[in-house]
Amino acid sequence: MINQRSLFFNIDWIIIFIYVALCVIGWFNIHAAVYDPQNPSIVDLDTNYGKQLLFIVTALILGAVILLLDNKFFNAFSPIFYGVTLILLVVVLFVGRNVGGNQAWIPIGSFRLQPSEFAKFSTCLLLAKYLSSTNLKLQDFQTLLICGLILVIPTALIMLQPDTGSALTFTSLIFVLYREGLSGYTLVIGALFIALFVLTLLYSTWIVAGLLIAVAAVLIASNKKNRSFITTIAIGTVISIIFIFCVDFAYNSILQSHQRNRIDVILGKIHDPRGEGYNLNQSKIAIGSGGLWGKGYLQGTQTKYDFVPEQSTDFIFCTVGEEWGFAGSFVVIALYVTLLIRIINLAERQRSAFTRVYGYGVASILFFHFFINIGMTIGLVPVIGIPLPFISYGGSSLISFTILLFIFLKLDSNRMGVI
Amino acid sequence: MNSFFPRRYVIQGIFIAIALVLLLRLFYIQVIDKSYLLSAKDNVLRRIPIFPARGLILDRTGKVLVQNEPVYDLMVIPKEVKPFDTLEFCRLIGIDKVAFDKKFQKAIRYSRYTSSIFEKQLSAVTYAAFQEKLYEYPGFYVVNRSVRFYPDSIAAQFLGYIGEVSERDIEKSGGFYRKGDYIGKTGVEKSYEELLRGQRGVQQLMVDAFNRPKGHFADGRYDTIAVSGERLISSLDKNLQKFGEQLMVNKIGSIVAIEPSSGEILAFVSSPSYNPNLMVGRQRGKNYNKLNTDPLKPMFIRPIQAEYPPGSIFKVINALLGQQFGLIKPDTRFFCGGGYYYGGSRPMKCTHVHGSSDLARSIQVSCNTYYGNVYAAMIDRSGMRPVNGFKRWREGVAKFNIGSRLDIDLPHERKGLLPTDSLYTKRYRSDKWRSGYNISLSIGQGELGITPLQMANVAATVANRGFFYKPHLVKAIGEKKFIKPEYTKKNYVGVDEKHFEPVIQGMSMVVNQFPGTATYSAIHNIEICGKTGTVQNPHGDDHSVFFAFAPRNNPKIAIAVVVENGGHGSTWAAPIASLLIEKYLTDSTKRDKYYLERILKGNLLPRPKVAPKPAPVKKPDSTSNKQKPKPATTNKIAILRND
Repeated sequence: MINQRSLFFNIDWIIIFIYVALCVIGWFNIHAAVYDPQNPSIVDLDTNYGKQLLFIVTALILGAVILLLDNKFFNAFSPIFYGVTLILLVVVLFVGRNVGGNQAWIPIGSFRLQPSEFAKFSTCLLLAKYLSSTNLKLQDFQTLLICGLILVIPTALIMLQPDTGSALTFTSLIFVLYREGLSGYTLVIGALFIALFVLTLLYSTWIVAGLLIAVAAVLIASNKKNRSFITTIAIGTVISIIFIFCVDFAYNSILQSHQRNRIDVILGKIHDPRGEGYNLNQSKIAIGSGGLWGKGYLQGTQTKYDFVPEQSTDFIFCTVGEEWGFAGSFVVIALYVTLLIRIINLAERQRSAFTRVYGYGVASILFFHFFINIGMTIGLVPVIGIPLPFISYGGSSLISFTILLFIFLKLDSNRMGVI
Repeated sequence: MNSFFPRRYVIQGIFIAIALVLLLRLFYIQVIDKSYLLSAKDNVLRRIPIFPARGLILDRTGKVLVQNEPVYDLMVIPKEVKPFDTLEFCRLIGIDKVAFDKKFQKAIRYSRYTSSIFEKQLSAVTYAAFQEKLYEYPGFYVVNRSVRFYPDSIAAQFLGYIGEVSERDIEKSGGFYRKGDYIGKTGVEKSYEELLRGQRGVQQLMVDAFNRPKGHFADGRYDTIAVSGERLISSLDKNLQKFGEQLMVNKIGSIVAIEPSSGEILAFVSSPSYNPNLMVGRQRGKNYNKLNTDPLKPMFIRPIQAEYPPGSIFKVINALLGQQFGLIKPDTRFFCGGGYYYGGSRPMKCTHVHGSSDLARSIQVSCNTYYGNVYAAMIDRSGMRPVNGFKRWREGVAKFNIGSRLDIDLPHERKGLLPTDSLYTKRYRSDKWRSGYNISLSIGQGELGITPLQMANVAATVANRGFFYKPHLVKAIGEKKFIKPEYTKKNYVGVDEKHFEPVIQGMSMVVNQFPGTATYSAIHNIEICGKTGTVQNPHGDDHSVFFAFAPRNNPKIAIAVVVENGGHGSTWAAPIASLLIEKYLTDSTKRDKYYLERILKGNLLPRPKVAPKPAPVKKPDSTSNKQKPKPATTNKIAILRND
């Protein structure tokens, strides 16, 4: 049993490898993004890449510390983590520093704490703890309600900052609920609603409503005898139509104008490559100009000459796409997919439901960031300011993703043990 | 592991599917769609034009007529501008706050991120003061260009001016010009644009998102240097031109002087003129409007655009044609009783009773009667129908390049007017008219329009005894001193050399022998051969005209002078021509002081309307010069005078 005390006992080296690979890729691309030919030093703590090196080292140390902690710690303390996170999320609304329109940062000395980052793993932990308790059925209304509350409270607090990007992250946890028994229709209905949302924005409310009624009429006509089917369709249609009008209202009255614009740019409703669409346009140019093999390290003119804003943080993938081309992009995406598949495989081999649920939570959150971030740089989804895990510049995000992942690694390393 | 285990595959499937969507999209924009690569190049590459120095224009002796002077365009990139003391800024570049705001808004409208011109053409002096403070105004910077400078402020209409290219210029050039380029708009600047403009160079610079230069693309391998425009040696004589312009101050009219042995134009004065430096710099627009609305029309290029009936100088042509057709001889005499009777009761009057004159004397005293007879001989007694006689006469005149363009190397030349027989056939509703129906043509009146350039060309033709070289403004082009072949070709006018001597004898007597009409303009030691003209002007005072060449043998200069509203040819035009001839041949003026001063001080501009003159002052018709004289009917001609 002495062995079990060892730091790296039973650790999944594949995940560690991918983690380190992504961090290194991130570091080199941050270096390229802020590269200044007049001042080409590699390690300089005044520059972003210098700082990122420091963050990576810190994150690795933190990861090691997590691996050293006792397994039961995370399960037992998850309500406390969650509680503390909620308190911090409330506190930040009052004492937080406003950066870029978001009241998201609590300054502690020279370090700035971003509670929304910690909300990710603490929410996952509490959700895991709750869902792993015995005799729960997700079909039960009460269970669903509690799960819903666990997710909605931090989401709502983050929305108040308002940091829409981070808040949206929590929707990805629907995968966890699905895995744990939420009806498969939920995913289908979710997808349908997203489709309806896009259609409503693209065409007028009335056209989409008319279309829905027509589809419903055809379905009912083809299956006249089945009463329950007709009822379901009718109710579904009514709900959809209500939803459409809600979308219309929400879009025009709740969303802020820059958010509306970002959506409009993606939908092609406004074409303004110098104004609203500037970021996206330059980002696409950067990635698109990379070609198959890329322009080469430090040769990307788009990123080197500051055409892409936020290029070391949210738009770091531009540097990857421009300097390493499709080949480099492929490698990065392959690494992410391997990581995600691996995490789910690991989650499924657990005896402990707690670890499994948590594992799915980690995978869902990483997937959401990966998809939304890369998707926005190539114009598939609206611009939402969330980082690319392990690659984007930034201490808070790197450290919180590291904590998120390493807690899972720690839990997994103990899969043989009993909780 | 529980009953929902298979759902892991759904979730992993979704992850993989989404990853594939991302990869497909990446493959499309990175590998298939090449437009992004172009956009990236557009972003980062800036073709910075290097403006070549425009070619200099020299006079025939190598003195500079037009040179270049550096100016500084103030550029701005709105995004980089930080708050600063606008009042100080405005004071430095000499604009007010309102103009500042307007210009700044315009720059923002153009683009926040890329540079545009904030203020054009700061002078070197303004720039010197501004340069020291430039660092206080981030976002502003200066590029230098050159503009034209005219050291002597002469020959405005001859040299023309340059201006920014118009949309049409850009279109026509097939992309050679870009917005903001300069192009010759008139004068020599326009007609020799392609030589003067030079070859623009280009630098392929890389810039960052804020348009800050980041060095040459590919280490400057694709950069080209600017090639300066060719220098142009014009035919003009600077001293002569300057003197001519001084003499024409406060007068409306033209001087054209030609070197008969080459066709080179020695002086090209259009009066009133303007200072060509007005058409340069920041006040250009204002000045242009002012000049353009000036009732005296200084922008009008009188030597090639003003058409006048030539008046009595036309008698020279009729004398030559009469001999060539064999209808008169040098000793042919006609008797002048004070007028020529061509039918009806009133004669075409002479100012004097000249008695019996031979050919030379008829020119010396400008006898209308003589030319009435000569013209009648050419039309009515030519051995053919009068209308055919007229046709032959017209053909003969046309060979002197009257009624057609000389195709001088300046834009906007007018061709003048030489009537055809059909004009009269139509007017009299029959082709059975005779010389009496258009007798005024015999003395250069009526339906004739001749530009000063054409007059000077006739003088040169007479000086050459029968041919002319195409008048032109440029002596040689570039280092190789290229001359167009068409300028070395002799153009014969179809009159034999022997017929010139008696006419030239008469022209010499005009100036050098009493009672010649221009003896006041004779110069000791130089034999000027000339002919005065007094052109009837239905709108006001007569125009004073004189053309001449000198010296009689081996002529060096042929000249035509028109002074609108100057009255008799001998009062203004002849003395001016005489002074210029002397200046050109001896490089000095040895006249009595009052002789020169009378001309320098003479003011023949239309008097302002408030002047206490009984009759309202006529419009400055002179300028309109389109002067198509009303068709002279036979009756009206009775009031013609000779001079």
